[in-house]
Amino acid sequence: MTDTEPYAIELKGISKAFGPVQANKDISLHVRKGAIHGIVGENGAGKSTLMSILYGFYKADAGEILINGQPTPIPDSQAAIRAGIGMVHQHFKLVENFTVVENVILGAEDGALLQPSITKARRILKELSDEYELHVDPDSVIEEISVGHQQRVEILKQLYRHADILILDEPTGVLTPAEADHLFRILNGLKEQGKTIILITHKLREIMEVTDTVSVMRRGEMTATVQTADTSPEELAELMVGRKVLLRVDKAPANPGEVVLDIKDLRANDDQKVERLKGISLQIRAGEILGIAGVAGNGQSELLEVLGGMIAATGGSIAVNGEQIDLTGTSSDGQSRRARGIAHVPEDRQREGLIMPFMAWENMGFGYHHDPKYQKNRLFMDNAALKQDTAEKMERFDVRPPNPFLEAKNFSGGNQQKIVVAREIERNPDLLLIGQPTRGVDIGAIEFIHKQIIALRDEGKAILLVSVELDEIMSLSDRIAVMFDGHIMGERLPSETDEGELGLLMAGVTKGAA
Amino acid sequence: MDFATLIQLLDSSIRLATPLLLACLAGLYSERAGIFDIGLEGKILISAFFSASIAFTTGNVWLGLLAGIASSMVFALLHGVASITFRGNQLISGVAINFLAAGMTVVVSDSWFSLGGRTPQLETSGRFQNITLPFAEQLQGVPILGPIYHDLISGHSILVYAAFLIVPLTWWLLYRTRFGLRLRAVGENPAAVDTAGISVVRMRFTAVLICGVLCGIAGAYLSTSLSAGFVREMSAGRGFIALAALIFAKWRPWYALMACLLFGLLDATGSLFQNIRLLGISVPVQFMQALPYILTVVILAGFVGKAIPPRAGGEPYVKER
Repeated sequence: MTDTEPYAIELKGISKAFGPVQANKDISLHVRKGAIHGIVGENGAGKSTLMSILYGFYKADAGEILINGQPTPIPDSQAAIRAGIGMVHQHFKLVENFTVVENVILGAEDGALLQPSITKARRILKELSDEYELHVDPDSVIEEISVGHQQRVEILKQLYRHADILILDEPTGVLTPAEADHLFRILNGLKEQGKTIILITHKLREIMEVTDTVSVMRRGEMTATVQTADTSPEELAELMVGRKVLLRVDKAPANPGEVVLDIKDLRANDDQKVERLKGISLQIRAGEILGIAGVAGNGQSELLEVLGGMIAATGGSIAVNGEQIDLTGTSSDGQSRRARGIAHVPEDRQREGLIMPFMAWENMGFGYHHDPKYQKNRLFMDNAALKQDTAEKMERFDVRPPNPFLEAKNFSGGNQQKIVVAREIERNPDLLLIGQPTRGVDIGAIEFIHKQIIALRDEGKAILLVSVELDEIMSLSDRIAVMFDGHIMGERLPSETDEGELGLLMAGVTKGAA
Repeated sequence: MDFATLIQLLDSSIRLATPLLLACLAGLYSERAGIFDIGLEGKILISAFFSASIAFTTGNVWLGLLAGIASSMVFALLHGVASITFRGNQLISGVAINFLAAGMTVVVSDSWFSLGGRTPQLETSGRFQNITLPFAEQLQGVPILGPIYHDLISGHSILVYAAFLIVPLTWWLLYRTRFGLRLRAVGENPAAVDTAGISVVRMRFTAVLICGVLCGIAGAYLSTSLSAGFVREMSAGRGFIALAALIFAKWRPWYALMACLLFGLLDATGSLFQNIRLLGISVPVQFMQALPYILTVVILAGFVGKAIPPRAGGEPYVKER
C-alpha cells in the first residue's frame, strides 16, 4: 500500500461486551482497498459481532471505524449503506414471496411510486449481471430459485446500493462445490473492479484459495493478521484454537462385518406431503461408516428422521441385524428404535437433540428414561443416579464446564453437541445415526467428535453419517453415497473419487449427462 | 323473489357489509405488517361509543367521527406498544383490548348518560345523512337500471362510499407504492427490512395506526349511520367476522371486498327473510340470524383451502446476533 491510498476499512480498538461476556476486545483491523480479506475464528470468537458492528447492527462500546481514511460513525444499517458497506448474511435477508427485483429495490427505492424504481432496477440488474457473471432473472420469485441463485440476489442487492465494501458471512455453507467455485469467480471479478471484500468463514481451504490477507480471531481478540501466501491451514488452525490441531482424521482401514442396516426402496413424505425419499436402498455393515453427501434439503434429513423414528415411512423396508422393523405406528417411534440398538444424534441439536432450558443431567436422560439404572422403584426415577451418570459422561467426553446442573443453552455449540454425542454413543448402539455432527462446532471439538465416531466404528458398529460438509464426508466415510432429490445418485469410495465428481452428483448430474 | 325485493336485499347487504369491510381492511394493514389483531372488535366498539357520545353532545357528526377515530387509535397504539415495543403476545393484547372496550363503554356511558349503557337517540345533525347521487331522482323511472342506480347505488351515507373507495386505494398502496412494498416485506421478513436500513418498528406502528383509523370509521358508521346511537355490545362480533373475511380473502384487498359483501349478504338475508321455507321445512329465524357466524366458523376451520398468512405474522421482531 502506498502512503497516499488510505485503507478501505480501518478499525481501531473496537470493544463490545454483552453483559459479562466480552465479545470483542480492543480489535484493530486494516483492510486494503481492492483486497479479499478473510476472517477466521471458532464459533463465539467474535467474528459476527465485529461484522455486526461494522454493519451498524450493534454499537461498539469503544473504538473507531475509518472508511477510506475518514472516521465514520455507524449507528445503524442505513449509515453503513451510506458508507458503501454491504453485507451478505449467512441466512439470507430476502422476502421469500417477492420477486428478485422487488427484493433488490426494497429500502433503496427512488420515490414513493414503485414503477420507476423497478424499471431502473431492471436496467441496472442487467448491466451488473453482464459485468459480474451474476445471472438472475429479475422476475423470478425468491422461493422458487436455488440457494446459489438467492445468494447472487443478495450480492446484487448490495451492488445496487453501490456497496464498495462487501462482507460475506459463511457464504459457502449452503452451496454445492460448483456453486462455491462460481461464487469465488464472482468475488474475483468484483475485486478486479476495485471492490473490497471481507470473507468470514470457518473453511480454511476457502481462505487459502481466494483471500489475499487473513485475520484470525480467538476469544474476542484479533490474534494475527497474515498474508495468505505466507501461511498454511495448519498454522491458521493453530492460531484459531491456541494449540496444535489435527486437521486430517487419522483412521485405520475399515474392517466391515455383517450387514447391520439394510434399507430397500424406502419412501417418505415431509409435513407438506411432498415426497422426499423416492426409493432409497442402502446397506451398512458393522465396522463401517457410510457418509451421505448432498446439498441440504435433498432428503438426507428425512432419511435420518425415518430411521430415527421421528417420521413414518410411506413405503419400502428397513432391516436391522436381519430383522424387519416397523415403519409406522407406535412401534416405529424413537423409543422402539433405541430398544433395537439404534442411537440418533439429530441434525438440529438445539431443536431435536436437547431441550435448551433444561439442565445437562435432565437432557442426558432423554430417550433412556426407562433404563433400569435410573429407576429407584416402580414409581420414581433415581435422579441421583442419572446426575452421577451425567457427571461421569461429561468427564469422559470433556464437556466444558463439566457441570450437570448447567442449562443446555449455557453451553457452547461444541459442548452441547458433546452432550448429545455422549448420550447416544455411551449406549453402545449397533447403529449410530449422526446428522451434521460438527455444524456450528469449534475446531477443537470437531477433532474430538470425529475421534469418537472412528472409535465407535473400530468397535465394530455401523454408522450412518449425514453432513453437508464435503470435507467431513470425505475424511470420515468408508463409503460415500450421494443424495439428490430423494434419490441415491451413486456410491463411491473416498479413495476413488474427488470433490469434483461428488459435486456433480450432488447437483444431480449423472455420468452419462456429464 | 321480485326485482324490488332483490334490490332491497342487495341494498341492505351493502349497508351491513360496510363496517365489515372497513374492519377487514383495518386488519389487512395490521396483519400485512406482521401484527395479528384480534382487537378489531374492541376498537370498533370504543369508536362506536365515542362517536355517538360526541356527536350527541356537540350535535356535530363530524366531530363524533373524529372522536371515534381518535379513541380507536389510542387502543391501536396500546396494542402497538404491547406487541411491538414490549414484544408481548399479540393475541393476549388483542383480547385485553376487547375486554377493555366492552367494559369501558358500558361504565362510561352509564356515568355520562345514565341510560343503562346506551347513549341517547341521535338527532338528524348527529348522524351521517344518506347522500342522493346526481340524477338519481331523474333516472328512477328507467327500467332495471333506474332502480339499481336510485335504490342500490345512490342513497348511502358518505362512509359507505368511503369504505368502497378505500379498497382500490389499499390495493394501489400495497402493490404500487414504496410504502406498500415495505409494508408487505415487514410482515414477511422483518429482518430483510431491517438490514435494508428501514425501521421495522416505525413500519409496524404506522400499520397499526392505520388499522386504528379504519376501525374508528367502522365504529362511527355503526353508531352514527347504521343506527342512531350507541347500545352496549353493538359491534356484535363484527370484528371477528372481519377477521374471518380477511383470512377468506387471503389478505388481499379486492378479495376482502368480495368476502365482506358475501358476509353482508348473509346478514341481510338473515334479517330480511325471517321465515323462509326450504324443501317444505320452515327454517327457524334463529338459524338465519346465526348464518354469518356459522360461516365464520366454517371459514376459520379451514374449509376454504389453504390460506397462507404473512410469514412473520404474530412474531415480535428481535434483532438476531
